[in-house]
Amino acid sequence: MGSVRLLDGAEIRRAVTRIAHEILERNKGAQSLVLVGIAARGDDLARRLAEEIERIEGARVPVGALDITFYRDDIGMRAEAPEVHETRIDFDINGKTVVLVDDVLFSGRTIRAAMDALVDFGRPAAIQLAVLVDRGHRELPIRADFVGKNAPTRKDEDVRVALIETDGEDAVYVEERP
Amino acid sequence: MNKHLLSINDVSAEDIVRILDVAESFREVGTRVIKKVPALRGRTVVNLFYENSTRTRISFELAAKRLSADVINFTTSGTSVAKGESLKDTALTLQAMGADAIVIRHSSSGSPYTLTRWVRGSVLNAGDGTHEHPTQALLDLYTIREKLGRFEGLRVAICGDVLHSRVARSLSFALVKMGADVTLVGPPTLIPPDAPAWGVHVSFDIDEVLPKLDVCYLLRVQRERQRQQYVPSVREYARLFGLTRERVGLLPEGALIMHPGPMNRGVEIDSDVADLPQAVMEEQVTNGIAIRMSLLYLLLGGGSEGAVADG
Amino acid sequence: MAERTAFIGARVVDPASGRDEVANVLVEGGAVAAVGPDASLRGASLVDCHGLVLAPGLVDLHAHLREPGREDAETVETASRAAAAGGFTAVAAMANTDPVADTPAVVEEVRSLASRAALCDVFPVGAITKGLAGEEMAAIGEMAAIGVRLFSDDGRCVPTARVLRNALQYAKAFDAVIAEHCEDPSLAEGGQMHEGIHSYTLGLTGKPAESEEIVVFRDLALARLTGGRLHLQHLSAGGSVELLRRARAAGVRVTAEVTPHHLVFVDEDLVTYDTNFKVNPPLRTPEDREALRAALADGTIDAVATDHAPHAVEDKEAEFDQAPPGTIGLETALAAVLTHLVEPGLIPLPRAIEALSTAPARILGASGHGGPIEPGRPANLVVFDPRAEWVVEPPFVSRSRNSAFLGKSLRGKVIHTVLRGEPVVVDGKPQR
Repeated sequence: MGSVRLLDGAEIRRAVTRIAHEILERNKGAQSLVLVGIAARGDDLARRLAEEIERIEGARVPVGALDITFYRDDIGMRAEAPEVHETRIDFDINGKTVVLVDDVLFSGRTIRAAMDALVDFGRPAAIQLAVLVDRGHRELPIRADFVGKNAPTRKDEDVRVALIETDGEDAVYVEERP
Repeated sequence: MNKHLLSINDVSAEDIVRILDVAESFREVGTRVIKKVPALRGRTVVNLFYENSTRTRISFELAAKRLSADVINFTTSGTSVAKGESLKDTALTLQAMGADAIVIRHSSSGSPYTLTRWVRGSVLNAGDGTHEHPTQALLDLYTIREKLGRFEGLRVAICGDVLHSRVARSLSFALVKMGADVTLVGPPTLIPPDAPAWGVHVSFDIDEVLPKLDVCYLLRVQRERQRQQYVPSVREYARLFGLTRERVGLLPEGALIMHPGPMNRGVEIDSDVADLPQAVMEEQVTNGIAIRMSLLYLLLGGGSEGAVADG
Repeated sequence: MAERTAFIGARVVDPASGRDEVANVLVEGGAVAAVGPDASLRGASLVDCHGLVLAPGLVDLHAHLREPGREDAETVETASRAAAAGGFTAVAAMANTDPVADTPAVVEEVRSLASRAALCDVFPVGAITKGLAGEEMAAIGEMAAIGVRLFSDDGRCVPTARVLRNALQYAKAFDAVIAEHCEDPSLAEGGQMHEGIHSYTLGLTGKPAESEEIVVFRDLALARLTGGRLHLQHLSAGGSVELLRRARAAGVRVTAEVTPHHLVFVDEDLVTYDTNFKVNPPLRTPEDREALRAALADGTIDAVATDHAPHAVEDKEAEFDQAPPGTIGLETALAAVLTHLVEPGLIPLPRAIEALSTAPARILGASGHGGPIEPGRPANLVVFDPRAEWVVEPPFVSRSRNSAFLGKSLRGKVIHTVLRGEPVVVDGKPQR
């Protein structure tokens, strides 16, 4: 199967740093900011962003993890019920600016589900979206505020993100679906 | 996973681990302010309870509602069944209403199997006669895993009227499947003679078994069955097999005391024993909702084939 | 078929005469006219039976025709049609109808229903006790006087030794047979299936094998005491077989039967709570099944009897513990024995025919049935294809469809059934 490496470890680290700067710039600092990563890899990225933000600004931003499995719009349409990961948001999101963090933005349905889930936790002042890779092919009117890399892909390709925390390496691959 | 949950034998050890793990997530949902997720929105879950059981029915009702499913309660006492419509006609009516899942509790062993012949949805056994009560066993496993962290080699005694207990069957099968060491304890007339074929030990002496346990699981003594004279009197049973405040001292430190409820305080368990910190009956009830949510989600959350785009 | 019909080229298996060879059988005017490879076929219409087996019409010692009383499940007419479709030319009709056949009047009613419509000979069985209540003897002598030879309270067991003793003794005067459904009511109470590991696992109350064995022991002892003729119905337990063997060796006048379903199925088959396997006595263990098969093979058990027990569809579709026990069996008995006993080599074909026809005819006193197939004897015959494969599924000829063999594939199909020369089944189809 054809597999092309889109980003290597160094490029990923640079993207995370740049996004951290952009978040601080756009929000004029880290006040009222919280990061919520969409499980599974989104929440590793969210933690990395929080570390960057602390390094740059000296401020500690709360980080949470959100599993959106129960909010998906395709429950009952797959052969098997999907894998569930941990949800952990142990801070108040009312009135805060929530930056949702995910690894790949594709159809937009995951983000739609994440916003529905968030709204059950409280009423944020604003929700922004940071993604490592935007691969196009949106099916819903969703756009990212912060993007690591824009990578137009074909629908029959897969974008696979590997992170040291879960996969032992930092890389992004574009692969042909078998 | 199978489409139905009629018996613990319908799930493998891997399935059980998955059910418990997913229940963990649903337990977290139960700690939120909004204790609800839209996962089963638009689905219809029917509680078909031919036996009175408020606590189990409410547990299933809450589980379905917290998944945003629509719930229909069809409860009827035993006598109206005799006068009323057949199980088959009730099933066909529920089918016509579009039930996605039917949770059935019935006094006839095997009735969930009979039900699967007439409905297209998933059937969940909430207790059939003296056959099985799989969701109870699963919530018990969840409680044990949460408190003790393992099953392999765990020493569990199930004490009481095993012969007539659907909880005892499901729990024994489940624990043996997960590698635990199970002993059935009670008077010989209340323990099936062929029980060792289930992979369990048998003992008629509770005092001998208690010091070597990690979990002591007590079954309810059913006074209604006294008519058939399996034991000379309930009083004698309580004296010889009840977990009295004198006996509880025989249990090792850290051992759990469990009971499916409702308890006969003073019969199979002394009142003050039931209130000890190692008696985890309340946790069992709480965990019941999370386990039932997990089961409904896993049974109804998968469905047709068809790849749907990710991300 | 014409007045004069010849069945050509069949393997004629006739245990009563010892014949097992390919031969032609000529039937004329309701009787067998000639048998042999050279019988003259002039003027006869020919029925080609090459590759088929021709045997004396089968005889069932044990069937529930349900009429009078439960005509929704079966009638004498529909049961006899099912019997003919299964190759039977004679059927014993059990007495547990409503009203119970405990007087000549009810017996006559069943006989008259049969003479009007039946596609086989119906031999009504009389009750042993009034109303099957197990207390007072029924009108055994009066029923014997109008030709009843077999008496049974089947459905129930005679609970008191004294009552059974008296019946066995009294029946001697008429050379009648007392047939017993052996089951101790206090041990069997509430039982839904065989008591064993499977009943414990399925959460169903069981009936231990001892509930049958205890009564078999009692009845054999009473048969020895009285010298009366005893017949043990639908044996299900290996222990019963042992007791029977010993009593036989000691000269007790006892005969016995076993059903096709007890020869094929076991208690584990109930794991899906399929009520078609809910029967009385229950299906027991593989060891019991082996003992029954061996006993049938060596003649300890004389006959195969169907215990044909039709039930209305809605009754059998109820919850397991509420469904009545019983399976229909007339249409599948021959094929079941051929598929599960003859084909695997457990019993030879002539022994199977003896068990399904010759022996039951003798026990019932049905003198025109069971062979021998010889000139002058009534032509009660069955022609079947031992190799034809078919799946047991509705529509059944019986009015009911509660068959333990539902969905199963069997080998052995009845092609023609001849009742006193009349072709009641031709090419597998009942003719009226």
